[in-house]
Amino acid sequence: MIEAKSLTKRYGDRTVVDDLTFTVQPGVVTGFLGPNGAGKSTTMRMILGLSRPCAGSVTVNGRPYAEHQAPLREVGSLLEASAFHAGRSAIDHLRALAATHGIPRRRVVEVVDQVGLEAAAHRRAGGLSLGMSRRLGIAAMLLGDPRTVILDEPVNGLDPEGIHWIRNLMKDLAATGRTVFVASHLLSEMAQTAQRLIVVTRGTLVADTSVAEFVERASPARVLVRTPQAARLRELLAGPGVTIAELPEDRLDIGGLTSDQVGEAATRHAITLLELSVRQPSLEEAFMELTS
Amino acid sequence: MTPTTGVTQLRVITAEWIKLRTVRSTPLTLGIAAVAMVGLGSVLSWSFANRISSGQATAGAGLITVPVRGGIVAQLVIGVLGVLVVSGEYSAGTISASLTAVPRRLPVLWAKAAVFGVTVLATMTAASFVAFGIGEAIMHSSRAHVSASLATPGAVRVVTGIGLYLFLVALFAVAVATIVRSTAGSIAVVAGVLLVLPTLASLLPKDLLGTDISRYLPSTAGAALLQPYRQADILAPWIGFAVFGLYVAVTMLVAAYLLRRRDVGSAS
Repeated sequence: MIEAKSLTKRYGDRTVVDDLTFTVQPGVVTGFLGPNGAGKSTTMRMILGLSRPCAGSVTVNGRPYAEHQAPLREVGSLLEASAFHAGRSAIDHLRALAATHGIPRRRVVEVVDQVGLEAAAHRRAGGLSLGMSRRLGIAAMLLGDPRTVILDEPVNGLDPEGIHWIRNLMKDLAATGRTVFVASHLLSEMAQTAQRLIVVTRGTLVADTSVAEFVERASPARVLVRTPQAARLRELLAGPGVTIAELPEDRLDIGGLTSDQVGEAATRHAITLLELSVRQPSLEEAFMELTS
Repeated sequence: MTPTTGVTQLRVITAEWIKLRTVRSTPLTLGIAAVAMVGLGSVLSWSFANRISSGQATAGAGLITVPVRGGIVAQLVIGVLGVLVVSGEYSAGTISASLTAVPRRLPVLWAKAAVFGVTVLATMTAASFVAFGIGEAIMHSSRAHVSASLATPGAVRVVTGIGLYLFLVALFAVAVATIVRSTAGSIAVVAGVLLVLPTLASLLPKDLLGTDISRYLPSTAGAALLQPYRQADILAPWIGFAVFGLYVAVTMLVAAYLLRRRDVGSAS
């Protein structure tokens, strides 16, 4: 569980994270969504104690990150895409990290197997492909078998197989009761993996909700009809909370009513509908709506 | 969570030891420093013996100091490697991982200083004794037929002093790189303080502030340990070494303060 209270970070007069309060619950994948530069990475670095908040506080599993006796056992993190010494082998990188916590060598071998890095484990990290170095990052994240994991843009630049693998890994971690917090600027990616969304833009919270609610709230479904009696239907449907836009070729774009209501109204007044459909706004549209 | 899995200073030292010995540059650079010390010591000893036999030089303190004079060249190599131990983490970005594993941060600095410092102390002390042995043998077998031994007064202090001096250089480099963080900038500071500063100070009038201040410069003070006999214009050996140690300690404290305080990485 991650709890942020009024988290604020300023660089000079530039406020990067502004009074951010949210809770990330265990057992689900929580997406941390926002355009580039929204303050996601800074927030994650504050959670991990790498950056110091100007105001507010954040705890992981009940206490500030730096106060845990064995932080890698509490929180695993994947930050920079490939932060490894180019000349050190993958396994030596993991062994050094493990040594800080007295994590035994068999656990190092275990995570190397788990991420499918056996063949490359003794190669210099500088020679690893992007996909392989991301797997090494994941291995480091899993080293302490942590209750909470934090990932910053984990699928960026990966091929479809790698993306698929990371999605499943995050779902599996959540399914075993862990807290999974993943930052992304890609809404479609979050729609595939996340159940909850924390949406930020310019450092401020704009939504803390489920994926479905987020889309619904940001921009509700609209009803599209095509009818030769467009003008008449428009008059009939007009009312408070209803927005109707007239489109070319006898089409209407209706907001504030369900397709059932539109269909029934048309039948009552003997209006012929040649087409009746519901247009679910895309996640991208919802996102743009909220963050613009 | 059991207490057996937490972060301890000893565990962080183990981790830093793994990091230090699993990159090729460590044995390579330490090897270069050792070879430079022994090789240069041999050449200088040979040349010194020749100058004695041709009457251009008198034996004196040089009998002890010439064979280990390569240590002064080794200090630049040690300085660069000490910088890389820290700045390499910043340039590769691994500093985030290192400090996420040890969020109290200071154990990482102490561990880096201890592991690198002791490694330098051990290897360079060994190299110094080898250089001394070979240098003395060369001078002894020369036409001049002169040499000193470890029994010569001051010899043991000078020969072990090389390792001790380079130990402080190593700690100084680790501290500077923790403050400066970039490789180029750190090397400039280390080389500037150890090598350029004494040269600049020699241009100042000797009686500035009523005393010759150059003797208090870090490397000049530290090198007092490497003189077998007391000389008028330098500090007493162990006083000088303590002065150098004080500079290093202050630099290390500034490094510790900044490491605790500063944000790591500048992601926004």
